[in-house]
Amino acid sequence: MDKVLKKELMIIANRIRKHALLAVYSANSGHPGGSLSISDILAVLYFKQMKNLDPKNPKNPDRDRLVLSKGHCAPALYGALAEKGFFPKEDISSFRQAHSYLQGHPDMKGVPGVDMSTGSLGQGISAACGMAIAGKLANKDYRVYAILGDGELEEGQVWEAAMFAAQYKLDNLTAFVDFNNLQIDGKLCDVCSPLPIDKKFEAFNWHVITIDGHDVEQIDNAIEEAKTIKGKPTLILANCVKGKNVSFMENQPQWHGSAPNKEQYEAAVAEIDAIIKELEVM
Amino acid sequence: MANMKATRESYGEALAKFGEEYDIVVLDADLSKSTKTETFKKKFPERFINVGIAEGNMMSVAAGIASTGKVVFASTFAMFAAGRAFEQVRNSIGYPNLNVKIGATHAGISVGEDGASHQCLEDIALMRSIPNMVVINPADHVEAMAAVKAAILHDGPVYLRFGRLAVPVIFDEETYKFELGKGVQISDGSDVSLIATGLMVPEAIKAAEILASEGISARVINIHTIKPIDVDIIVKAARETGAVVTAEEHNIIGGLGSAVAEVLCENYPVPMQRVGTRDVFGRSGKPAELLKMYNLTADDIANAAREVIKRK
Ligand SMILES: Cc1ncc(C[n+]2csc(CCOP(=O)(O)OP(=O)(O)O)c2C)c(N)n1
Ligand SMILES: [Mg+2]
Repeated sequence: MDKVLKKELMIIANRIRKHALLAVYSANSGHPGGSLSISDILAVLYFKQMKNLDPKNPKNPDRDRLVLSKGHCAPALYGALAEKGFFPKEDISSFRQAHSYLQGHPDMKGVPGVDMSTGSLGQGISAACGMAIAGKLANKDYRVYAILGDGELEEGQVWEAAMFAAQYKLDNLTAFVDFNNLQIDGKLCDVCSPLPIDKKFEAFNWHVITIDGHDVEQIDNAIEEAKTIKGKPTLILANCVKGKNVSFMENQPQWHGSAPNKEQYEAAVAEIDAIIKELEVM
Repeated sequence: MANMKATRESYGEALAKFGEEYDIVVLDADLSKSTKTETFKKKFPERFINVGIAEGNMMSVAAGIASTGKVVFASTFAMFAAGRAFEQVRNSIGYPNLNVKIGATHAGISVGEDGASHQCLEDIALMRSIPNMVVINPADHVEAMAAVKAAILHDGPVYLRFGRLAVPVIFDEETYKFELGKGVQISDGSDVSLIATGLMVPEAIKAAEILASEGISARVINIHTIKPIDVDIIVKAARETGAVVTAEEHNIIGGLGSAVAEVLCENYPVPMQRVGTRDVFGRSGKPAELLKMYNLTADDIANAAREVIKRK
């Protein structure tokens, strides 16, 4: 990957993190941990990979689509969409307020750029399958992306969708699993482990690629590889850190769904600003 | 100001308290911190089972455990208990009439910021339509504690509806008596009856005060058990006051309002008006703001009462 582009994507990913933190802090509610863990993936998707996105025409029928199946991480999705120009960045601080269109979970009716309403875990991946098969039926060559949580894999519906995607050879579908090893009640292995994730998807006849979910180059390469795989959907198993880039949030289950206070918010932003600054002078 | 406590807190406390006396098993689906089953888990870890994010599986596992003779509580948000797992509840729990108690927290619009996808406004309708299912929606901490005990003692499936939001404690622990299937008359009145459930009960009490200041005498009835519903208390109220307002944090279709309308139509029709969400989805916002936006306040109940009296 071109060095300039790589740096740019890394900066965007961290700007998405800042938007997500601002959203949750302003609302005093929301999910910072899982938002910080998918920011790099969103940066590569929205700023390098997804085609035919037009903020002036968000429902362009030929666009690539993204379903955030782990809908509680709307703060990161909204951050990416605002960066892309689908709506003003200033609106992010109205997240979850009664007067705002920025609903707590992605809302395709009200938020420009959101391709599917999600929030109930396990359903988004099925909707992504529907979009992918519709693309095949209509002879369109758009691609469909989905992002799932690793805890979300405990929903049986995910596996119904996995079977469906393989049966109908949905090679226009690429799903990410944010493998951050945490859900609400703790580590996956202490709740109801869905491991091994790679072997399960392989057994379900998916092409599986394992990457570092915070390395934009690896994310990009995996998506490129997925585009070359014919007759199968691809699963990108992204090793991620919940709360990535905010030291006191990293790997801490309590930051799944709680908002930072003013001090914590400022400390978090300072850490990310420092990362951005370092990238800028690189 | 009254003490405030969310009924989900009461649920967790009740499980921990009655877990000493009764051999209950508690299941949760990765929400034990929110549903407060964590309180039970800390005290009785060997009788707590986390099934992960798999609500449908949880309901049928609960059915299997109950089939061996145990009393099982299965907990998650109302949206996923009544919504996601409806058919498992219907076929694995309701049909075989198994001893599963569904502890559903975060019901209604007062969930707040999570928004429409998490605000269950249909659960009473769904659960009420399953044969054998008892449906309880407690109004405060005291009633919630008592409801959990009643659910343990009842032989058969029970749906318990709890809230996320702290609500006033309106009943006195010393004197309060919970009778499954029996409404509670909170105050007498002769011009109109305000029949409420859950967090709308304190609003109905306030509405009666507003109306009293205008010379309107309103009877307030708390319906904690929506099914089986207390036909006698509703018919008596209709006969003696001639007009009825129902109030619930639920869609006006299928909930308490519908249940009361069914009773009145078949027994003693009088003008009635339903306060509830009017067949719309919720949205994100602070709970108090949303309750106002969706017309779920004492003022809205008082307005409905003035309207319904005109139709007498
Ligand atoms: C069907 C359903 N059940 C429960 C929830 C509540 N919930 C929200 S997030 C979450 C944990 C998700 O864990 P994971 O998928 O690992 O997400 P991440 O770690 O990426 O935040 C749960 C149980 C939900 N949103 N939907
Ligand atoms: Mg996770």
